[in-house]
Amino acid sequence: MNNTSENIKEKQLSAKDFATDQDVRWCPGCGDYSILKQVQSILPEIGVKREDVVFISGIGCSSRFPYYMNTYGMHSIHGRATAIASGLKATRPDLSVWIITGDGDALSIGGNHFIHLLRRNFNVNILLFNNEIYGLTKGQYSPTSPKGQITKSTPMGSLDHPFNPLAVSLGAEGTFIARSMDRDPKHLREILLRANNHKGTSLVEIYQNCNVFNDGAFEVFTEKGTKADETIFIEQAQPLIFGQNKDKGIKLDGFKPVVVNLNQESANDLWVHDETDRVKAAMLVRFFSDQTQTERLPRPFGVFYREERYSYEEALAAQTMDALNKKGKGDLDSLLAGKNTWSIR
Amino acid sequence: MKNSIKEEKESVTILFAGDSGDGIQLTGSEFTNTAAAYGNDISTFPNFPAEIRAPQGTLAGVSGFQLHFGSVELFTPGDNCDVLVVMNAAALKANLKQLKPNGTIIANTDGFDSKNLRLSKYPEGVNPLTDHSLDKFKLIQLDITKLNRECLKESGLGTKDMDRSKNMFVLGLIYWMYNRELDKTINFLKEKFKKSPELIDANVKTLKSGFHYGETSEVFTSNYEVKAAQLPAGNYRNIMGNQATAIGLIAAAQKSGLELFYGSYPITPASDILHELSKHKNFNIKTFQAEDEIAAICSAIGASFGGSFGVTASSGPGIALKGEALGLALMLELPLLVINVQRGGPSTGLPTKTEQADLFQALYGRNGESPLPVIAASSPSDCFEAVFEACRISIEHMIPVIFLSDGYIANGAEPWKFPQTKDIKAIVPPFIDASDVDKENFKPYKRDEKLSRPWAIPGTKGLEHRIGGLEKENETGNISYDPDNHEFMVKLREEKVQRIANYIPLQKIDSGNDSGKLLVIGWGSTYGAIKTAVHELKNEGIEVSHLHLRYLNPLPKNLEQLLNNFENILIPEMNNGQLLQILRAAYLKDAKGLNKIKGLPFTVDEIKVKIREMLNTNE
Repeated sequence: MNNTSENIKEKQLSAKDFATDQDVRWCPGCGDYSILKQVQSILPEIGVKREDVVFISGIGCSSRFPYYMNTYGMHSIHGRATAIASGLKATRPDLSVWIITGDGDALSIGGNHFIHLLRRNFNVNILLFNNEIYGLTKGQYSPTSPKGQITKSTPMGSLDHPFNPLAVSLGAEGTFIARSMDRDPKHLREILLRANNHKGTSLVEIYQNCNVFNDGAFEVFTEKGTKADETIFIEQAQPLIFGQNKDKGIKLDGFKPVVVNLNQESANDLWVHDETDRVKAAMLVRFFSDQTQTERLPRPFGVFYREERYSYEEALAAQTMDALNKKGKGDLDSLLAGKNTWSIR
Repeated sequence: MKNSIKEEKESVTILFAGDSGDGIQLTGSEFTNTAAAYGNDISTFPNFPAEIRAPQGTLAGVSGFQLHFGSVELFTPGDNCDVLVVMNAAALKANLKQLKPNGTIIANTDGFDSKNLRLSKYPEGVNPLTDHSLDKFKLIQLDITKLNRECLKESGLGTKDMDRSKNMFVLGLIYWMYNRELDKTINFLKEKFKKSPELIDANVKTLKSGFHYGETSEVFTSNYEVKAAQLPAGNYRNIMGNQATAIGLIAAAQKSGLELFYGSYPITPASDILHELSKHKNFNIKTFQAEDEIAAICSAIGASFGGSFGVTASSGPGIALKGEALGLALMLELPLLVINVQRGGPSTGLPTKTEQADLFQALYGRNGESPLPVIAASSPSDCFEAVFEACRISIEHMIPVIFLSDGYIANGAEPWKFPQTKDIKAIVPPFIDASDVDKENFKPYKRDEKLSRPWAIPGTKGLEHRIGGLEKENETGNISYDPDNHEFMVKLREEKVQRIANYIPLQKIDSGNDSGKLLVIGWGSTYGAIKTAVHELKNEGIEVSHLHLRYLNPLPKNLEQLLNNFENILIPEMNNGQLLQILRAAYLKDAKGLNKIKGLPFTVDEIKVKIREMLNTNE
């Protein structure tokens, strides 16, 4: 009986139950608030107990996130959340592990651990808050800042060619690659749920506005006037259609994506999104950097790619089982003695 | 053996030397295993180049394996050798100074052709085997390559494959010289080459031929008997330091009931711990070869956060990379073991050579005020007990601990009177009993009498909490930038380490009286050389004592008192005087250092000379 009432009580958890008593100390108007809210609101729905959820972060504004989640959590060090989560998940496959990181944290100082987590495919969720700037260190350019960006450390413009986070993730053999944004809570919510449901490393890049150091970096994708023409929401088995009046589409001319006017061309020839197509995903993540090209492609949002692949922790547990089956449970006394012993009386 | 004379010897040191492709390490370790199983006490010192295969025949490519075995207790691999086996001219040139006067040289003449002589930089036209420069030694010249090819000529093997087994010919010969049986090595060969029966046959044949050659040829006038040693009664096995460390970790996991997670990145000379642990997954051990040193320690921290026991190992340069994460673990106050198998020099330094120069790094190599317990092993077999202690302190005190080993003891071997599971004490992890806690007011950093906090792991209902690297308010663990709180926390963390002194044994004198004119203090792998030096001098009637530190932070509570009982203190170290500075600062003692920074362990003689100098007893 007691059990049943416990269960009912757990089912009744709401977003509020995932909030802590700590003051949230992000700047007023920061995009992080929206992400926090969406995460808190999906957790009661995913069917995982609060005590089985762990948030691990590195350093940066986004990495304060765990303090605001009433779950287990660790605010760790620059770039290392992914490495810490790897050890945690390897030993505790039962936990729901969420990594909170930013563009600097994940792609600069933590770049190495980031790619290795993806290739190993631990069953964790990475929420990469990308604001194309270093916020916590007060306004230096980040690995995703566009070339030429004027910042405190680049008064004459950044010389670095920017990273394309999704292309990096795909190159690192990621099995779930998605993009969303802080200013579209409905879409963000849907992507977070899908990330949670994916077995393996789910990478969600979230465009997040830093209204203090890089305000408006993603304005064209988030604001009413431009959003429809500058973005495309990709959905499984749906043709790539976008535009104010849903009158534009994307088709493939050989290997080249081109924008077509649906008033002139048939929708039947359009590219139909297939999340499991790695080759097409590689093209979609490339709808990215060259803002100067004459035929500008819209920025895609949604799930670019997903595949089923064994997770590291599963394989590790299986190996342990295999060792147990083959050799039997380890016997310390025979290990201590080794193979060749002798006695002295 | 019928025609030869048998001589009895108390102990013998053999140095096998050859090109790094000659199978020297294997030859040495096989002889070690056979001697150990026979009941000799042994101590070994493998010494090899950093390159996988340095150019053949050059001085840089010489690989050596020194092995001391005896019917008496031994603590070092021997200062000098009785027998020097050289496969080529470079091996002779590099090691001749190690040979005792009247010692025996067994030289493979095939390795002394003009090319080999030139590569080993002997002057034009000089061949040490023929110029009488070795007259004061017993020189035995054999064309081992030719003898070996002769005995394998019907094997069907190519010349290259035949030559590869010539180390077994040498081993067989040495087995005959020292009256040892071949069966252990034959079993080893059967296992090693089980997929290629033709190689089993060839190697066994050449091993036996070497043995028979010793018996039938007229080159050797005598062979030697080194009886089994009179060690304390008990069950023994042979063990290397890294192996003992790995077994110690497994024992600590079993005795604490924790799952062991070992995250590590390959580095000499620590990698063998990873290799050993990976073989024992049936002990529910998880090994993880991380992408770098930082990921290695971070993965171990993640594992400890989840309630396993996280361990990582490296050598000095890798430990440098782990520094920031080690600071995190210190702030998190979670169990974590960091093993440093020290090697020589700053940066990449001398990767395959030994040194104990990372003591300062262990004690101070982090930002902020960040004290941690530091424990050092003193011999290959001591690695077991010392690492077990390090695990115990880490788990029971909820603190990262640094365990120091070094290349010398990691690769060295000795007989080990191994314990039984039932005699090893349990380790009690401070897991919190969730039913016992006021969940509304759970304080993750509430401390017990050890000043350590409870271990509440994810999955425990009602104890959800967040931890991190930012300074925290005492007890609640909430972020705090309060100046007074920070000072309080810094002192609290220091006090937490110091209180561990209440949970470790008092320091004992290892040999000699509890007071007197001179105390020799050592730590780590200098143990054997210091112990032997002190023993030998005491046998001569010289009054000197030896104290060896296992606990370097905190220091044992009675250490100062022990130091006060002596007029003079000598601290031999394979560094520029690190423990020396620590003890001088801690106790205002005018201790003297004996420092050797050559990538090589001390010889017994070096320590004896210094002790005599300090006691003015020069002969």
